[in-house]
Amino acid sequence: MTAYIIRRFLWMVPVILMVTVVVFGAMKLVPGGPFSTQGRPMSPEIRANFEARYHLDEPVWKQYIRYMVGDFVDTGNLRDFGRHGLLGFDLGPSYKYRGRTINNVLFDGGIVKAAVSVSAQLGTLAVIIAVGLGIPLGLISALKQNTWMDYIAMFFAMLGVSIPNFVLGLLLILIMLWLSLHNLPALPLARWGTESFGSWLSHMILPAITLGTGGSAIVARLTRASMLEVIRQDYIRTARAKGLTERSVILIHALKNSLIPVTTVLGPLMAAWLTGSFIIETIFSVPGIGRFFVTSIADRDYTLIMGTILVYAVLLVFLNILVDISYAFLDPRIRFD
Amino acid sequence: MSAQAVAQQRAAEFDFTRPPESLWRDAWRRLLRNRAAVLGGIFVIVVVVAVFFADDGIVAWAFQRDARPLLAPYGYKEVDFENTRASPGLRRTAEGRFPHIMGTDKYGRDVFSRIIYGGRISIAVGILGSLVIMVFGLSYGSVSGYLGGRVDTLMMRFVDIMYAFPTLLFIILIMVILGSTAGFPAIRNMVLGISLVSWMGTARLVRGQFLSIKEKEYTLAARMVGARDLAIIARHLLPNSLGPIIVSVTLGIPQLIMFEATLSFIGLGVPPPFPSWGQMLNEGWRAIRADPHLIFFPALTLSLIMLAFNFLGDGLRDALDPQMRGTT
Repeated sequence: MTAYIIRRFLWMVPVILMVTVVVFGAMKLVPGGPFSTQGRPMSPEIRANFEARYHLDEPVWKQYIRYMVGDFVDTGNLRDFGRHGLLGFDLGPSYKYRGRTINNVLFDGGIVKAAVSVSAQLGTLAVIIAVGLGIPLGLISALKQNTWMDYIAMFFAMLGVSIPNFVLGLLLILIMLWLSLHNLPALPLARWGTESFGSWLSHMILPAITLGTGGSAIVARLTRASMLEVIRQDYIRTARAKGLTERSVILIHALKNSLIPVTTVLGPLMAAWLTGSFIIETIFSVPGIGRFFVTSIADRDYTLIMGTILVYAVLLVFLNILVDISYAFLDPRIRFD
Repeated sequence: MSAQAVAQQRAAEFDFTRPPESLWRDAWRRLLRNRAAVLGGIFVIVVVVAVFFADDGIVAWAFQRDARPLLAPYGYKEVDFENTRASPGLRRTAEGRFPHIMGTDKYGRDVFSRIIYGGRISIAVGILGSLVIMVFGLSYGSVSGYLGGRVDTLMMRFVDIMYAFPTLLFIILIMVILGSTAGFPAIRNMVLGISLVSWMGTARLVRGQFLSIKEKEYTLAARMVGARDLAIIARHLLPNSLGPIIVSVTLGIPQLIMFEATLSFIGLGVPPPFPSWGQMLNEGWRAIRADPHLIFFPALTLSLIMLAFNFLGDGLRDALDPQMRGTT
């Protein structure tokens, strides 16, 4: 089991490297630079100065190496390996937000308020909703197959799968507006509060529901389908014959086995949230990293683009590894893969 | 009864006058019995016809004149400053024209007509994107699945790496690199970008199908009588994989439509004034307090189309794979 986990983590390295190479290359292919999108036209001398300062006049491969190992490119001194470079966890200066570094833009603000942390909070809440709503729903649907409960649950699951999440968010906002118009209690829409857990929750709950409902629909359908298959298996019959209580048969044996395809789908699902979060964060004014995704490309803020994509990729690969590990936990045969 | 007698009785009772049923005929009948799928399919057909005949574009192009609205009551950029931000209603306008059943936006453009025209973009992206994905996915998956072994492992590792890329970001990057200019190039760029991040699923599916069919007896038999690789792929592997591929493509269309809506929502789609549902959602969101009808109708249409495709896809899956019935 440990060997499996270690192997999975080792795979992270080449994948992340590939991502850095491809994204860096794609970024450099984008026409224009960070200094051509300003309002004032820049004189050629000033532009040359800027480009020299930020090393944008060097060949692309050298810029890439500089991005990775930092000052080592200049000094060749081993002690400078990674200083101001990616391998030293320094993501570089931001071109758009002059005077701030990427680390500052993305990570500063403390454990609760940092942009990355906010997006993570949103994602975690969404996962809790998706799993907490989806698995019980699918379970009940499977156990009461073809009753009205099943049909209603599956209809809502179908709705959840079909409606794009930002559409759902917009509809929720519409509902909240209508409620506040008629002086009914409604959840706040803008601003994001850290004063208390209550205010945090009331601000987070709407975007989390928007993100999580689609996922819960997928999880519910999948849980139902795989539960239906599993409870017809022979080992379930054996468990019942052995005299185990129905509750332990279902909750321990059947559920554990039917969660395997659900875990498989959780990886790409969380990936979809990480990117879909941009629109949700815009709509609900959540100060996460989502908005940096799009604005950084428009602003040609190279380091910010790299920074956000890297944060995303690392998170994604890490989540996939977690999924793989829980996969191996659920199905012991996989440990020998 | 002896086995021979049983066989004789069965032969006597068998209805030889009924033509043999192929898989497709059988699946078609099963599909028709699924009411939700039929409803979805009808809705899809209605929408496709409606967006195609929104104006008499083909006739206009043939006669080298401007297109006139046909099914859509108004042109998509027909402004009317007398009637801006009108609420949806059934009254005819002051000039006696078709009522604005979905209201108008802040320039007085009819929302209903803009939705029909906007449907063109979504359907175009959906269909074209599916075609591109099928070409990519089929070729990649069939090569990988047929060759197997180390080539297959290598190709699938590449697919895994592709999966690690944030899809929306990648599309945005591609769109910015290619530049989303007006008209057809914008659609081409969108289709290219979206397909580039969505082909992996189909490739994996095809590869899985090929890997399993390769081991079946009829493939072995074909190889024994000396059929060449290409012939085996064309006559045995491909036709037998078509079922799941069709289902996956049909269920993939709503994803493509959603990508397109997301892209136009953030402004990277077809540029105005040509409408697109995502763009209309963006405009509507800005005016959500004042004119909720601007957001309600595009959201409704988008959801309905995706619902329809999902029902259709589910129905197709049930029809083509009877063992899965009851486990949707």
